[in-house]
Amino acid sequence: MKQDIILEAIDVVKHFGTGGGWLSRYPVVQAVDGVSLEVRRGETFAIVGESGCGKSTLARLLMQLLTPTSGDVLFEGRQVSAIKGQELRRLRRDMQFIFQDPFSSLNPRMTVGKLVGEPLEIHAPDLSAQDRRAKVAELLRQVGLRAEHADRYPHEFSGGQRQRIGIARAVASGPKLIIGDEPVSALDVSVQAQVINLLGDLSRDLGLTLVIIAHDLGVIRHMSDRVAVMYLGRIVEVGTTEDVFADPQHPYTQALLAAVPSMDGAVTDHSETVHGEMPSPFDPPQGCRFHTRCPHAQALCKTQVPTLSTGKRASHQVACHFAETLPAQPRPATAPQKSKTAEARFALYRAATEGGAIAHKEKQDRP
Amino acid sequence: MELSNLVLRFRGQPNDVVDHVSLAAKSGEVLCVVGESGCGKSVTAMALMGLLPPDSSLISSGNLRIGGETFDLTRDVVPRAMRGNRIAMIFQEPMTSLNPAFRVGDQICEAIIQQGGATRAQARARAETMLRRVGIANPAQRLLEYPHQLSGGMRQRVMIAMALANDPQVLIADEPTTALDVTIQAQILDLIRDLRDDIGMSTIMITHDLGVVAEIGDRIAVMYGGQVVEQGPVREVFDNPQHPYTIGLMSAMPGLERPGARLAIVPGTVPTIANMPEGCRFRTRCVFATAACARRPALSEIAAQHQVACHFVPLEENIEVAR
Repeated sequence: MKQDIILEAIDVVKHFGTGGGWLSRYPVVQAVDGVSLEVRRGETFAIVGESGCGKSTLARLLMQLLTPTSGDVLFEGRQVSAIKGQELRRLRRDMQFIFQDPFSSLNPRMTVGKLVGEPLEIHAPDLSAQDRRAKVAELLRQVGLRAEHADRYPHEFSGGQRQRIGIARAVASGPKLIIGDEPVSALDVSVQAQVINLLGDLSRDLGLTLVIIAHDLGVIRHMSDRVAVMYLGRIVEVGTTEDVFADPQHPYTQALLAAVPSMDGAVTDHSETVHGEMPSPFDPPQGCRFHTRCPHAQALCKTQVPTLSTGKRASHQVACHFAETLPAQPRPATAPQKSKTAEARFALYRAATEGGAIAHKEKQDRP
Repeated sequence: MELSNLVLRFRGQPNDVVDHVSLAAKSGEVLCVVGESGCGKSVTAMALMGLLPPDSSLISSGNLRIGGETFDLTRDVVPRAMRGNRIAMIFQEPMTSLNPAFRVGDQICEAIIQQGGATRAQARARAETMLRRVGIANPAQRLLEYPHQLSGGMRQRVMIAMALANDPQVLIADEPTTALDVTIQAQILDLIRDLRDDIGMSTIMITHDLGVVAEIGDRIAVMYGGQVVEQGPVREVFDNPQHPYTIGLMSAMPGLERPGARLAIVPGTVPTIANMPEGCRFRTRCVFATAACARRPALSEIAAQHQVACHFVPLEENIEVAR
């Protein structure tokens, strides 16, 4: 099934720093250290991890915005680092990026029309100015903005709208793959929901493959088909979202899921909370990088690096020496229970937001 | 602690940023104030602490009662002797709220000496106890370090230690875990819960994460556009949400619905203070709004201790939606 892999990373390593001088104790940051992954065409693939785990570096490596220290990134079977010139431009058309911060990623001195039209100028230079304007208007509509917004500047928009502009820019060149680095984490919950819906619609309508980098597990569970969990520059677990969330195998994934406050009322049992903090990527622990915080760590973990290997299911890989002997921590796969009253009101609200006809009943006591 | 009827406006603005807000927290209770950015939750907290510059903000009404004492916020700011002593605050950004040029220990000691007239040695001993209490290993060593030598979670612990050094009766926490990773957030929430149980202080927790509310809150107040639109015991509000904004906010949370399904949304964005509509401030975004909403709905009790400000509650009795 090699042909349905759109993007592949093979043992990608990225170290920052030059090796250090004689004053420097720590020569290099091992930001990404031997990551291999496969993204299938049409799926939404999520990379999750806490700050400093290397997920943003990985995203930039996949995009060829950074050159890996070693290892390869293959896009549709071609080695990305070998592509140059005209070819690279074509590759950029097929792969686009959405940035986290909608406030700093748009040039404040360009109108929205110019911002969204820019990728068209580069990737479709044959388009006449008039056609380009029409295309920009269509793109803006597609992301839920209005055509007349094209003449305004970014500062006139709210965060959610700016993120829509960023998405319109990314979609403009007609890409096959979009990588989003925390595309919704800077937004408020209600606006975040709008953008999540938009990304879902676009990926379905345009047949896009999405790679989403995020730290919010709720967002990931909602959006993605498969998920990779990163810790200190390595992937510790990868599998379908359903499997990983229902039956996490790696102790880090288990801890991560247990740490998310849930809304079902029962106070989470935090006796299992992992202690301490992520060690510095300047000086990562030997062996399994999680062993310093892992409640199940044994002598073997301190010396030998566990490899990502298939566990119970073929589609679910874990990098832990003791994945098979660890106590299972199955988690309820269903959404938390809601009361009947709440359920009914949610349904009512949802029907109303989705365009149901609303009728207010007459009530005598109301003036 | 009880705040009643706070009205606050920034000079030059046509509308109030905080509009008749009343909040109360008993001792040992955690009151969570939720809402999106721009809903006035942080400004309310700043006003409580007397941290707003008087030349740009105008408080036209508001009383604060702590313990037995009442302060008229329109006339006097919360006295300096109370700030950091009876009422303390932790901020969202532990990186920017510690002074980078001073050792952590000196900063904590300063807070203690300012208030109690303790000697340097006493203050230092107290600071060490506090650091141990918030779960920092090797506190004597940490006291001598500078903020940049600590990680984010550690800095937030230092902030908490500093806030609690004088045993305050009221702790205001403004998004204390937003900048932290989930595993660290879990540790900090555990800590706040333990301390609340030990000390029995009232806590006002400002957050936008309903998960955090479920985890730690006793009562919840939902704010929109500077007004409290719904408040009540957390369990009650979650099981019996009344205000359309509360319902919208809850259904917009990813993770509650079946994965992959479309999320219900709250249409549009929060209007700026200058553009706030008259009457119910949520009406420009409310799917159920009618002409009647131009009149401001009163915050009225719908169940025990559960208050809502909406003309059409309970929704299912007053509104029908045909698909």
